[in-house]
Amino acid sequence: MPVISYREALNQAMREEMERDPDVFIMGEEVGHYNGAYKVTQGLLQRFSERRVVDAPIAEMGFAGIGVGAAMVGTRPIIEFMTFNFSLVAIDQIINNAAKIYQMSGGQYHVPIVFRGPGGPAVQVASQHSQALESFYAHVPGLKVVMPSTALDAKGLLKTAIRDDNPVVFIEGETLYNTTWEVPEGELLIPLGQADVKRTGKDITLIAWSKMVWTCLDAAKQLADDGIDCEVVDIRSLRPLDVDTLAASVRKTGRCVITEIGWPVAGFGAEVAYQIQRQCMDSLDAPIERVTSDDVPMPYAKNLEDEVQPQVKDVVGAVRRALYLD
Amino acid sequence: MAQIIGLPKLSPTMEEGVLVRWTKKEGDKVSPGDLVAEVETDKANMDFNIEDEGVLLKFLVKEGDTVKLGAPVAIIGKAGEDIAALLEQAKSAGGAPAAAPAKPAAPAARGAEDSANAPAAQKPPREATRPEQDQAGKAAVKPAPAARPGSPPVGTVQPAPTKGASAKPGQPAQTARPSASRLLASPLAKTLAIELGIDLRQVTGTGPGGRIVERDVRAAAEGGQHNGHGAAAAETSETGEAGEAAETGEAEPAAAPAAASQALAVRPARPAAEDTEADWTDTAASNMRKRIAQRMTEAKRDVPHIYLMRELDAAPLLAYRERLNQLVGDKVKISVNDLIVKAVALALRRMPECNASWQGDAIRQFHRVHIGVAVAIPEGLVTPVVRDADAKGIGSIAAEIKDLADRARKRALKVHEIQGSTFSVSNLGMFGIERFTAIINPPEAGILAVGAARDVAVVDKGNVVAGKRITVSMSCDHRVIDGALGARWLTVLAELIEKPESLAL
Amino acid sequence: MSTPESVRVEPDELAQETTAEELAPLYRQMLAIRRMEEAAAKAYSQGGKIGGFLHLIIGQEAVCVGATAAIQNNDYVVATYREHGHAYAKGVAARAILAELYGKKTGAVKGLGGSMHLFDKKTNFLGGYGIVGGHVPIAAGAAFASKYRGDGRVTLCFFGEGASTIGGFAEGVALAALWKLPLVLICENNQYSMGTPLYRSLAVEDVSLRALAHGMARDRFDGDDVIKVKRRIGEAVERARTTSEPTLVEVVTYRFRGHSMSDPGLYRTKEEVEEWRRRDPLSRCRQRLVDLGMKDAPLDELEADVKAEIEDAVKFAEDSPPADEYLPYVIKE
Repeated sequence: MPVISYREALNQAMREEMERDPDVFIMGEEVGHYNGAYKVTQGLLQRFSERRVVDAPIAEMGFAGIGVGAAMVGTRPIIEFMTFNFSLVAIDQIINNAAKIYQMSGGQYHVPIVFRGPGGPAVQVASQHSQALESFYAHVPGLKVVMPSTALDAKGLLKTAIRDDNPVVFIEGETLYNTTWEVPEGELLIPLGQADVKRTGKDITLIAWSKMVWTCLDAAKQLADDGIDCEVVDIRSLRPLDVDTLAASVRKTGRCVITEIGWPVAGFGAEVAYQIQRQCMDSLDAPIERVTSDDVPMPYAKNLEDEVQPQVKDVVGAVRRALYLD
Repeated sequence: MAQIIGLPKLSPTMEEGVLVRWTKKEGDKVSPGDLVAEVETDKANMDFNIEDEGVLLKFLVKEGDTVKLGAPVAIIGKAGEDIAALLEQAKSAGGAPAAAPAKPAAPAARGAEDSANAPAAQKPPREATRPEQDQAGKAAVKPAPAARPGSPPVGTVQPAPTKGASAKPGQPAQTARPSASRLLASPLAKTLAIELGIDLRQVTGTGPGGRIVERDVRAAAEGGQHNGHGAAAAETSETGEAGEAAETGEAEPAAAPAAASQALAVRPARPAAEDTEADWTDTAASNMRKRIAQRMTEAKRDVPHIYLMRELDAAPLLAYRERLNQLVGDKVKISVNDLIVKAVALALRRMPECNASWQGDAIRQFHRVHIGVAVAIPEGLVTPVVRDADAKGIGSIAAEIKDLADRARKRALKVHEIQGSTFSVSNLGMFGIERFTAIINPPEAGILAVGAARDVAVVDKGNVVAGKRITVSMSCDHRVIDGALGARWLTVLAELIEKPESLAL
Repeated sequence: MSTPESVRVEPDELAQETTAEELAPLYRQMLAIRRMEEAAAKAYSQGGKIGGFLHLIIGQEAVCVGATAAIQNNDYVVATYREHGHAYAKGVAARAILAELYGKKTGAVKGLGGSMHLFDKKTNFLGGYGIVGGHVPIAAGAAFASKYRGDGRVTLCFFGEGASTIGGFAEGVALAALWKLPLVLICENNQYSMGTPLYRSLAVEDVSLRALAHGMARDRFDGDDVIKVKRRIGEAVERARTTSEPTLVEVVTYRFRGHSMSDPGLYRTKEEVEEWRRRDPLSRCRQRLVDLGMKDAPLDELEADVKAEIEDAVKFAEDSPPADEYLPYVIKE
């Protein structure tokens, strides 16, 4: 099976879906002639022309809204935010329009659109360009929120998202584009709303999504040396959330650490923790632990940036607390 | 019945305390939650709130005494109750004023530690109050070090008191119930304790604040060191033969009619074609049902059962019951089962070899007699416990069983009320069952299955006359009770039942 | 004080030629919208049968009716939260509109949207939107899709002059101009953004001038003559349809009622409102019909017909079952 990068997987997904469905087009800043700020759309302009690979000026609210309007009348836009930091100036379109039109119209109009782009902390780009915003979107009924951690998931989930009849906020890991994974060629669809057990184990469940899946896998490897057997569950889709898979894992292990790269207060992990205690009360041997970033805007300096973000050692520490080892 | 109150655990690391001041006097009436004393622990001066109801009959320590954790400090009971035995027991349990070297640590050192820990002492276990700086889950919180999983922690099981010659293992009810305070255990530990038949009160927690966590329960189960005396689980051991007091009518035969109606349901005659899904219905098993299934399977598989049956003359017992009921009037209705529970308890008192438990490498003989009484409830089966049934009067046994059965059906029993039995009784007499055998409820070593009292023709002095007979079947754990031993015990039981006046002795 | 004369864009003499046949149906629509909104106001203020916000368009009817008359059935209309008239003009029945205001299951959007969010897929009415200016990009998106697919449709986007200061408007206009979208942006300048008069909200009171910066066609005229609205919007529609170029059109008008039902209207004088009422587009239109030779009998019949339609719609709304489901319309399966 070919091993490809996360970036290439996303590119394949869009290319295949655009070939399959003429109503799919991509719009965003620098997606065409520049080949994408992160090169995710590389080569698509050459393949599909300017009509379907639309370079937009710096007007996120404008082109996000254009995507919504175009989706209402039958096209299937992919709107790329150069980074999800810029989605904040378009958030009215996403929350007040995309998420609500199906409901406001009494089910007459639906909005098959994908808002995609990189999110989560990047490297030394400071507070405005380095933040995890998924909790904002996961809060909103009417949206689906997807965050793949591997190239395989990136391809399979993006293709499904493009075919979904609802607005999907698809947040890619800004630091994951070069990661690689085995990805089968051709058709690959992964349903939204299914968590994935990335590593099986019996002592404790680590829950993560996007970049933190990798951090958890590293932590699991390290803990294995101490004889601690971690199960790592990748949420993949924050909304809809596959509580059943998470709960099944925690019922098995009796302990749970929820990790997220974003801020702690009202972070999505808090909701996950609620759901798990609700379903697994009698199986829990320890309080559910959360590992998050520090509650501060991201600093620029590398050493501070590392300190603020959750690291392998923080996950290891939380695991040891949950196992009453420290 | 009066009982001894031990010094409660008032801080996670407390091993002893100084009883600074009694805030009640001997003879005061107290209710759960009442402040009875102030106790200086290794952390701070803490309130000692009583968890029981009754009258403080006797203080066993003076103000200023240093007392070991769990050691007797007071006797509580009904006004005027005879507490001589308890006083003796308390003395032998080694409670009493620790004439021991008063305060162990030098005041100065202690003061330093106190100031470092002072805030924590006011709070629940530390993990519950992780500081805000810990928002990322990153701040190092280091509760007391503990063992790793897999390696059974040392000292998981609270050691039985060793002080005093007459202190025996298996008499932990006072001493090993260290605190009347809340039992701290993780939800999983609680679930597991029920599954494994572990009495959490006998397990020492190694989690923060002494929280009992999974590893503690597993260690207790594996080590077999948990006090089997308290080990009965929430659901008992009958093979689904539900039963409660025969002929009392107190027990709703809830399970039986349902079963009967299922059995009676007429299936349409079908050609011998293969059954399809339409031919059966799957109903998801409740948690209780799953636990019953698991425990029954384990018991039947792991406990080598032998069965001893004996037919007894029930006429004297029925007559005795009649008289008793006339005596007590409408207050309590005494059932045959109540009398049998009492008889079983006395028989065990007389032959404690059968009031025992297989412990892997030892046979534990219990010194107190706690009888589990199987009660059928709509959801399954519960076996509430009549504690010290040998010492209780028949009237109080009857009242207690009725109360326990009523609350069992409301699922309102407390954990301690379904744990700790040393022998069980199951009765299906009210369903007309003549005789049956029951599965033992580990770690007990025996259970008595009681059938219906029935009219039979008996030969009396060469004449055939009408008589009453009742069949009891004893299931014995052969590892503990051999056939001959069980038979001797049944003989003792038979005497008690056939000469029921002796039950009052 | 704003009087009709002081804000007049061009002299009345430029009234467009028309016939009674063309004008009568437009008059009927305007009248129906007014009667419908009056019925809504009554149900709101007297019966408590309508809740929340209720923004009436009374006084501005000529704009939505005239503009919609200039497009075809399969063209799209996107409107604001003051959109009962636009929905009606696009073809949504008074029954569906009033039942929606009453929060009934039979409402245009099943009682889920209320006054501000009427939608109707059958008539290509793409909705009423409550966030000022946020719908301008949506309209541009519908136009984008038309161009993308080459379906020849045109989108009309209505908004107030108060929207011209917000980002959604600025970005929507900029992109429509850049990508030459078949869109007609119609600013209904009713001279007050809620309670704030033009001179306190716009440095340049001519909203249509915004088109210049984008090299976009523009137009600006008075909105009290429904035929004039139809003709002038028609020009913009034609431009959009034939050359796929957007136009920014500003129509000067006046709402007789408050911003919403809770508006005491203290920001303007009674005299000003009276002055504008004298130029009521409905009475102007009726007079024009008389001038064009329409007799009293057919006019009376038309008005009676409208009365009956609205009475029926009110009764329908009153009698309809309450809204009863909301879960199926969150995520499309």
